[in-house]
Amino acid sequence: MTGTRGLVRLILRRDRVILPIWVLLLAIMPVTQISAIGGLYSTDAELQAFAASMRSTPAFFALYGPLLDWHLPALGIWRAGFVPVVLALASVLTVIRHTRVEEESGRRELLGSTVVGRHASLTAALIVVASANVIAGLIITGSLAGKYPVAGALAAGLDYALVGIAFAAIGAVAAQLTESASGARVIGISALGLAFLLRMAGDTTDASWLSWLSPIAWGQKLRPFAGEEWWPLALLAAFIAVTCYAAYTLAARRDVAAGLVPPRLGPAQAAAGLAGPFALAWRLHRGLLLAWCAGFAVFGAVIGSAADAASSALADNAQIMEMLNRLGGGANPADLFIATLIGIFGIGVSGYAIQAALRLRAEESLARAEPLLATAVSRVGWAAGHTLFAVLGPAAVLTVTGLAVGLSYGAAAGDVGAHLPATMGAALAQLPAVWTFSGLALALFGLLPRLVAAAWALLALFLLFGQVGALLQLPQALLDLSPFSHLPMLPGGEVSATPLVAMTAIAAALAIAGLYGFRRRDLG
Amino acid sequence: MSNVISMSGVTKRFGRTTALDGLDLEVRAGEVHGFLGPNGAGKSTTIRVLLGLLRADAGSSSMLGGDPWKDAVELHRRLAYVPGDVTLWPGLSGGEVIDLLGRLRGGLDPRRRAELIERFELDPRKKGRAYSKGNRQKVALVAALASDVELFLLDEPTSGLDPLMEAVFTECIGELRAQGRTVLLSSHILAEIEKLCDRVSIIRDGRTVETGTLAELRHLTRTTITAELAGAPNGLHGVHDLRIDGNHVTFQVATGELDAALRQLTSVGVRTLTSQPPTLEELFMRHYASADSK
Repeated sequence: MTGTRGLVRLILRRDRVILPIWVLLLAIMPVTQISAIGGLYSTDAELQAFAASMRSTPAFFALYGPLLDWHLPALGIWRAGFVPVVLALASVLTVIRHTRVEEESGRRELLGSTVVGRHASLTAALIVVASANVIAGLIITGSLAGKYPVAGALAAGLDYALVGIAFAAIGAVAAQLTESASGARVIGISALGLAFLLRMAGDTTDASWLSWLSPIAWGQKLRPFAGEEWWPLALLAAFIAVTCYAAYTLAARRDVAAGLVPPRLGPAQAAAGLAGPFALAWRLHRGLLLAWCAGFAVFGAVIGSAADAASSALADNAQIMEMLNRLGGGANPADLFIATLIGIFGIGVSGYAIQAALRLRAEESLARAEPLLATAVSRVGWAAGHTLFAVLGPAAVLTVTGLAVGLSYGAAAGDVGAHLPATMGAALAQLPAVWTFSGLALALFGLLPRLVAAAWALLALFLLFGQVGALLQLPQALLDLSPFSHLPMLPGGEVSATPLVAMTAIAAALAIAGLYGFRRRDLG
Repeated sequence: MSNVISMSGVTKRFGRTTALDGLDLEVRAGEVHGFLGPNGAGKSTTIRVLLGLLRADAGSSSMLGGDPWKDAVELHRRLAYVPGDVTLWPGLSGGEVIDLLGRLRGGLDPRRRAELIERFELDPRKKGRAYSKGNRQKVALVAALASDVELFLLDEPTSGLDPLMEAVFTECIGELRAQGRTVLLSSHILAEIEKLCDRVSIIRDGRTVETGTLAELRHLTRTTITAELAGAPNGLHGVHDLRIDGNHVTFQVATGELDAALRQLTSVGVRTLTSQPPTLEELFMRHYASADSK
């Protein structure tokens, strides 16, 4: 452990911008949600009505977890229910960034030759990320304790902090398993996805015991402002202790830079097909594309089967049916449920679109583009290979999603023929909005390559618009900037071709501008 | 003899820093041309301008009779490039990268490929992430050397190679020269350039400061003479750094004064004599010493 203190300082120095941003941004979400809801619904009766309408929309259980109480603080905490997942994601990625990434790059070796103990870098990463989560928890407790009961504020802070730390520990285990950082990220993010899926399945289907397998759900079972329960703390603490112990045990058993999963040898010669920029792009993109397809297929199947349960529970409630109609969706609660979740998928797939498009920039800045462009491959030819995946990749992921939702919903409802085309259409209708992000990322790559991260910033901003825009009563002109605000509510809603065609045209124009700019600029 | 590469007055700026400041470079067909300069002198920038990866701000360049920027794709069929710092795709094996780069260049000779892999002792089955720096360099070298092209642009190609592999590399360059291929070899390792190159260009701060054959460059400098004489000399005229120790003398003399100096020695009587031509290193150090004193 020698040298841990120095490494902690190094991590804080390297992350001095990004770390405070995610801690602060996520920690103020609960109080933001509470004041937003409080601004719209001031009386008890209004809050109860709001809670009732939320309870009748199973899509929200899927995203946020069960709504346990109708009072304002409980509603706000519930509405911010997705934030701990983001906190967990940031924790996983930060731990891997300061452990396996360092080893893979060889920087760990440089440090290891100085007076640094063998567990120092893992310990330092865990200390920093755990502290970040504790600070996030303290901000949450502090921001709520003044106005609302202290017990609830404390439970909310503990919920966030411990879920974050639990996934920091999972990240620490993932970092021991593979030699490559990308492999560790896949394992860590898959674990998070599984935990979310288990919680979602437990909260939306009859198999409610499933959520007991998910650390994300344990945080919610502290029931902040809804009759706090403290014993899940023991569950979380035990999970964190065991997972950390596993990480240290694994770390002690392996060499620096080695993984537990040994790397495999590849072929000594390339297959005959590996002969052009498109073939190389397929090699570089296929893993990511298949992972997205597989992940969304699983989520899609769970949502499809939950949709049928939701519709049969609500169909005989005339009052709620009428309210759902007024909300603008179709008459069918299952349609509304599916439409809401497919909208969330659309945002997720936009992330994939950006990731695929920015592969160009990654290849360029890692100097892997240079040897290719020094052969008889034109710049446009090289960029087109990756562009193809930024355009058709999201289409493939959404097709798989629509297929999975449609098949599982259709199978549960006993009418695949009717539901499959509807869910496929709903999923593919997201494409124009998704493509605007492909186009945006390509335009940045070609014209402003140093600012490609702006594509992610805009996606995060529009995600925020969708989550809190209406609650914060932001001006409509601002909200209209988001491509997602122009998408139809499908299945069930009405479709107008104009915005879809316009968004596709904008996406194409952005992509062409990007490729044009890339042809003319310096590489590097 | 025709020029394969000719650049004149090429300037390239990155923001406020000037990487190339009126660079001139001429590489003739069939020669191995040493491109010498310290880190940051602009060697890689020059090569990247030649590859059409960077666009020069001013000056003119032509390569293989074409414009490096406009005719990039066509020209690249006729050349092979080895970057100074090779990065590979983590998931592709070395053999796959060699084949891919070769095919993109228009095909490579499988026999030559197998022979080079053997000579460089490369395991082509390892994945990109598992290679050490030297082995990544070998992957790029095999991919380039197995290609049947007219021009090789090699940017510090031996960085990370061990001495045995450097020897293999030297052999390979000798073979290329024998086949009449043109090589531009950038390096800061003087011994390497001295061994391999017909002509040399030395650059500093983005400008060519010296260019010519090694003989021409040496002509500008002094030869070191060490001699054991029949008796003690009575001082020597027209020489530099003279040291007399009994019958032994050591001094440096400019090429034009060599004859006069030797006459003075023979007038005393010479028992043994060694003459050392100036090394490239001395040449090189002179240029940088003058830069430091500025």
